[in-house]
Amino acid sequence: MIEIDVVKRIKTASGEVDMHVKVDIEKGGFCSLFGKSGAGKTTIMRLLAGLTEPDDGVIRIDGKTWYDKKNKINVPVNKRKCGFVFQDYALFPNMTVRRNIEYASVNKSNVDMLIDMVGMHELKDRKPANLSGGQRQRVALARALAAEPAILLLDEPFAALDADMRDTLQNELKIIHNKLGVTTILVSHDKGEVFKLANKVYAMDDGVITKIGTPEEVFTDSTISGKFKFTGRVLKVERADCLYVLTLSIGTEVGHVVATHSEARDISIGDRVLVYTKAFNPSVKKI
Amino acid sequence: MQELLSPLILTFELAAVTTIILAVTAIPFAYWLASANFRGKSIVESITGLPIVLPPSVLGFYLLVFMGPHGALGSILAQFNIRLVFTFEGLVLGSVIYSLPFMVQPVQAGFEALPVSLKEASYTLGKSKFQTFFRVVLPNIKPSLITGIVLSFAHTVGEFGVVLMIGGSIPDQTRVASIAIYDQVEALNYSTAHFYSAVLFVLAFTVLVTVNMVNRKISGKII
Repeated sequence: MIEIDVVKRIKTASGEVDMHVKVDIEKGGFCSLFGKSGAGKTTIMRLLAGLTEPDDGVIRIDGKTWYDKKNKINVPVNKRKCGFVFQDYALFPNMTVRRNIEYASVNKSNVDMLIDMVGMHELKDRKPANLSGGQRQRVALARALAAEPAILLLDEPFAALDADMRDTLQNELKIIHNKLGVTTILVSHDKGEVFKLANKVYAMDDGVITKIGTPEEVFTDSTISGKFKFTGRVLKVERADCLYVLTLSIGTEVGHVVATHSEARDISIGDRVLVYTKAFNPSVKKI
Repeated sequence: MQELLSPLILTFELAAVTTIILAVTAIPFAYWLASANFRGKSIVESITGLPIVLPPSVLGFYLLVFMGPHGALGSILAQFNIRLVFTFEGLVLGSVIYSLPFMVQPVQAGFEALPVSLKEASYTLGKSKFQTFFRVVLPNIKPSLITGIVLSFAHTVGEFGVVLMIGGSIPDQTRVASIAIYDQVEALNYSTAHFYSAVLFVLAFTVLVTVNMVNRKISGKII
């Protein structure tokens, strides 16, 4: 369990504010800090990793104190075991892919496994300057994991990538998280990404956590009192006379939903959508 | 022959010792200047950069006063029977001060241009400040280090005013090539002056071409 209860003065879009954050994050989960730029998301990650010092408060991980202002405890960054994937990846330009991962590795025998896991075997002798954005991102993730972190912190890791690459890497990240079970915190301002990856969301605005819950709870309109709600991904948008037919993937199923012009206007392929019904009683049949 | 080559040998000895001392002391100093943020930082930077703008004779004069038998440093060292003025050791101290900005400024600029996230990434990977400095920071500012080392060396080879003031022209002790050229011209011995000048000229040009080539290669540009 990660317990954060800290105060830090930060600069936001609307001036300087005292950010007071009090969150408890479950071990092994995948949560997301969601909000606009300058909301204080990255600051929370930096406070947790020890890269920025809070003005006051306490940070505890599994009962072990990392920071306590009153008792003057401040565990240094390199003793905290926080894997941090930076927005600019921060790969060491003087080292090859393999050396970057080796430098971080606690257990040298895992290096090859990690290189294979992120699909960088063929490119392991290249330097970061000769890699694409997606490849750098993979190496940064493998390097962070090589240090066998207690917590994995991802600071908008997909922000600089194109949509296809983002989608692929999000899937890979999900698989890796399920496999290794490292407590992961993702900073993002992309709802689709958060929906896809996180099981808990902390929505932030101007240094304040405004909502906590599952992605469905945080992002879906609370005025919708649907009897049935599903979240799905848009695979296809087709016009049929005056209506639109959306092909959706819901869970493992694929289905069609009819949408009006106004509903379909803002929807494009790849979007996450909420499908709900409230006016009718659905029929139930034993299967 | 030995007599002819002595000023050149002395010059390279002085430049080599000065550069080694600067590499050991000025690189950590530049790192501190690049990382620290304190009141009066611009004053420290100005003092460091002073030898660039100050006439060498002014610097040489104050060093002579400072290191002389009645100077602040000279009087203390005199108690231990150590004399700095008109000695090779005195020249080394003078050269270190004179060439300090040529090492500190490019290296400091290199440290400052390095993204902070590289250091931070290394710390989050469990590495100490020491490991980070030697394995991440230094290797990634190689062009700046080469520039600093070569400029300090070349600048020491070319110094004249400071050397003349604190070293004079003692054969095998303080008569470096630039002083020897001056002496030879005064004695109307132009052929020897030509010899020293040509060696320094070729050396300076070769060094600059090499540094530029190496830096372009490191930054991946066409040589």
